[in-house]
Amino acid sequence: MNRQARLQAAGDVLPLMGNEAIARGAWEAGVKVAAAYPGTPSTEILESLARYPATDLYAEWSTNEKVALDVAIGAALSGVRAIACMKHVGLNVASDSLMSQSYIGAHAGLVLVVCDDPGIHSSQNEQDTRLFARFAGVPVLEPSDAQEACDFTRLAFELSEAFDTPVIVRSTTRLSHTRSVVRVGERVVPPSKGFVDAPGKTVTIPANARRLHPKLIAREAKLAAWFETSPLTRWEKGDRRFGVVTGSTAYLYVKEVAPRASILKLGAAYPLPEETIRAFAASVDRLLVVEELEPVLETAIRAMGLPAEGKAFFPRLGELSPELVRAGLAAAGLMEAAPAAIPLGIEPMARPPVLCAGCPHTGAYLALRGIEARVAGDIGCYTLAAVEPLRSIDTTVCMGASIGNAVGMAATGEKKPVVATIGDSTFLHSGIPPLIDAVYNQANITVVILDNAITAMTGGQDHPGTGRTLRGEPAPKVDYEAICRAVGVDWVRRVDPYDVGHMYQTLREAIVHKGVSVVISERPCVLDPVKIKGAPLAVAQEGCVACQSCMNLGCPALTWADGLYDGRHKVKIDAAACIGCTLCAQVCPSDCIQPMALA
Amino acid sequence: MSAEPQTAMEAAAGAVSPARNVMVVGVGGQGVLMISKALALIGQTQGLQVKQSEVHGMAKRGGVVFSHVRFGEEVWSPTIAKGEADALIALEWAEGLRWIEHLRPETGVFIADTRRIVPPFACRSRRHGAPMAYARETPAEALEKVGEGYALDATAIATGLGEPRAANTVLLGVLSISMDAPVADWLAVLDALTPQKSRAINLEAFKAGRAWAEAARDDPSLRFDAGFAERVAYADAPDVSVALDINAAWCKGCDICVKLCPERCLALDAQQVAYLKEPQACTGCRVCEWLCPDFAIAVRTTVHDARTA
Repeated sequence: MNRQARLQAAGDVLPLMGNEAIARGAWEAGVKVAAAYPGTPSTEILESLARYPATDLYAEWSTNEKVALDVAIGAALSGVRAIACMKHVGLNVASDSLMSQSYIGAHAGLVLVVCDDPGIHSSQNEQDTRLFARFAGVPVLEPSDAQEACDFTRLAFELSEAFDTPVIVRSTTRLSHTRSVVRVGERVVPPSKGFVDAPGKTVTIPANARRLHPKLIAREAKLAAWFETSPLTRWEKGDRRFGVVTGSTAYLYVKEVAPRASILKLGAAYPLPEETIRAFAASVDRLLVVEELEPVLETAIRAMGLPAEGKAFFPRLGELSPELVRAGLAAAGLMEAAPAAIPLGIEPMARPPVLCAGCPHTGAYLALRGIEARVAGDIGCYTLAAVEPLRSIDTTVCMGASIGNAVGMAATGEKKPVVATIGDSTFLHSGIPPLIDAVYNQANITVVILDNAITAMTGGQDHPGTGRTLRGEPAPKVDYEAICRAVGVDWVRRVDPYDVGHMYQTLREAIVHKGVSVVISERPCVLDPVKIKGAPLAVAQEGCVACQSCMNLGCPALTWADGLYDGRHKVKIDAAACIGCTLCAQVCPSDCIQPMALA
Repeated sequence: MSAEPQTAMEAAAGAVSPARNVMVVGVGGQGVLMISKALALIGQTQGLQVKQSEVHGMAKRGGVVFSHVRFGEEVWSPTIAKGEADALIALEWAEGLRWIEHLRPETGVFIADTRRIVPPFACRSRRHGAPMAYARETPAEALEKVGEGYALDATAIATGLGEPRAANTVLLGVLSISMDAPVADWLAVLDALTPQKSRAINLEAFKAGRAWAEAARDDPSLRFDAGFAERVAYADAPDVSVALDINAAWCKGCDICVKLCPERCLALDAQQVAYLKEPQACTGCRVCEWLCPDFAIAVRTTVHDARTA
């Protein structure tokens, strides 16, 4: 199917998705070690890297982003080029390592790819990684299309070595998931530098850290000077009435809307080439900054004493678009507004994402809703159970937060039973320390581990519980029950969420258990690693009384039939979508949902 | 600093013809991506710059999927501005309606499968006579709102060829008549993109879509699926009131009605007697009445016919 993703010879022109281009750039730079935890929109980078031969590079799914960065750091300090990839919120997890590694430097090239999600397509926030780069004192490159994604990633390794610093390459959903042509190059593997062997630099005891910090500050100035003359900083001379400082995909929108404008395209959002910016500002009548999310460039440029205008005209929230850039330039009085669209009077229909037909989470949350608990949720597909009809999650904060949140809720004397629900991959990512906390502090909570044997939300990636590595090789498999028992949980049950009655009964027992109880809900995801399709069920129309109890599952295979009972719609099952999980048959009070042959 | 003025590009900017914009929309799993890739490859075979952008974070979760494909001598933005799509291919009826305002007024080409994928969300109300919360516009109404429109039962055409999932390729065939690329190029692209086992059917589906479009182009009366009205009928919701009588003396607080009420509108009070906690949520489905082992619940529904009131 995906023929163009196959490896191609150098000099070819290939249509590549931004993430594939980043992987290509890293491969061309001779990267030897790559690590990541999956997270939209960054996931495809490591998947693409893992398509290159194992003899070229080592690639792993790490248990979380911090581990991924630590793996990359270890490799770089050992003398080979290394990369860690993550989504924006993954950098929060990895930030402890980044903040120290910024002091240490790099030795061999060390690159972090961080993919932001402006517009919150598939995340819990839209934080701006450029602020993190400034905070950590590491340069951040911002490619705007797939060609630059490839080129900038390759360059990031050079910069990392030349300036002895980790380098962040920042992508966004729009770049990561846009395909455009890339002229690819050769892979050049620099010889290993050997282990760094400089404990004064690589051991961050206070005495060393105090010596390293001024080097970081000097490095910032050197990098800023380098960006003054680097081709990454591109002055496109045009109309002098106004000039736009921009970068990332925002540059593309400016080019689309105002092709004749004077543009200063910054390939790096930090540190900034101040002299060039001053010269650019002096060459135009008005200075505008067009950037997605936070006013990072604008604030820095204003701090230079220049009258930059930006967020007064362009939104600080969400994704930019040609429409918004045009509207902003129009609001600034610099171009004509787009003609107002004539509304066609069509009300768009709501189509929120739903759990798949046969999703094992459905059975778990249906039972959970029945026990009326206070439920701390976590990050994964199952967050969809926070809305009707399953509506059984009270909180979702971030990866691994559920168990700690539950400990806190229980500590307040909450009257309802307190339950934390967490997926298998999330549990391994950051759920184990809070479980130990709960046991240690004797919290009265129930933890439901939703083990669907895959990282489902991001498209089905392996993890330590699946028994397979990123490259599909067999691997040791985590035993969740053994982990729970080892940390001191004495009440652990394993349940099949397709058996709603058993699930419900087990939860009832779990919540009356004093102390930490763990219910492991075990059923594989219906999509990954293999698509599961069993014999579909059907609704015997003559028996259906249109109570629509089954619709409480929110299953996409269930819909209204044409027939009515007492004026209300009977239900039918889409045989193509139904996988035969039988959840609907279990909740049907009139017993009219049967295997297709019987119905 | 590379400060050379981009004069050549500047001069060219005026001469460059605008990029061609195609939006492909649908629901997760329908093949939006395959169509987008085919379009991108067609653009490339014509020696054009191509950008193809999609959002697929929640795609597998039955949510909305859309993809922007732009090709031209020079393409900057990866996304298409509202009102600037030259063509819109919708693999599902309501998704076509959702994005219809992205088409260029007057000239945009609207191509949609009239098959409906009804989300669970649209069947949420259990009330007597409740309408499905699905888009109401018919193909005839939708085509009146666009420059050039084709609303066909592409799923039926694909099913006739033996593979309902090839509906996306049928729609690609329909689009092909409003683009310059020769048929041979389209077939070559499909040949390269489709897996071995469904390749023949996809090529047939493309030809069937193209043939349908050629006929419809010459005869506007063929441009919309006439079977739609027969498959999809709407009724007005009558006004119904519901009352619940619970005989407290007979209720023993077994909790069966509370647990099995589909609207979850019953509860036990302090005396362990069932009561209607949320009267406005009760739909009068009678599940509690039928399942009460003590015959303690009676449901009364009254239909107020608007025509006679």
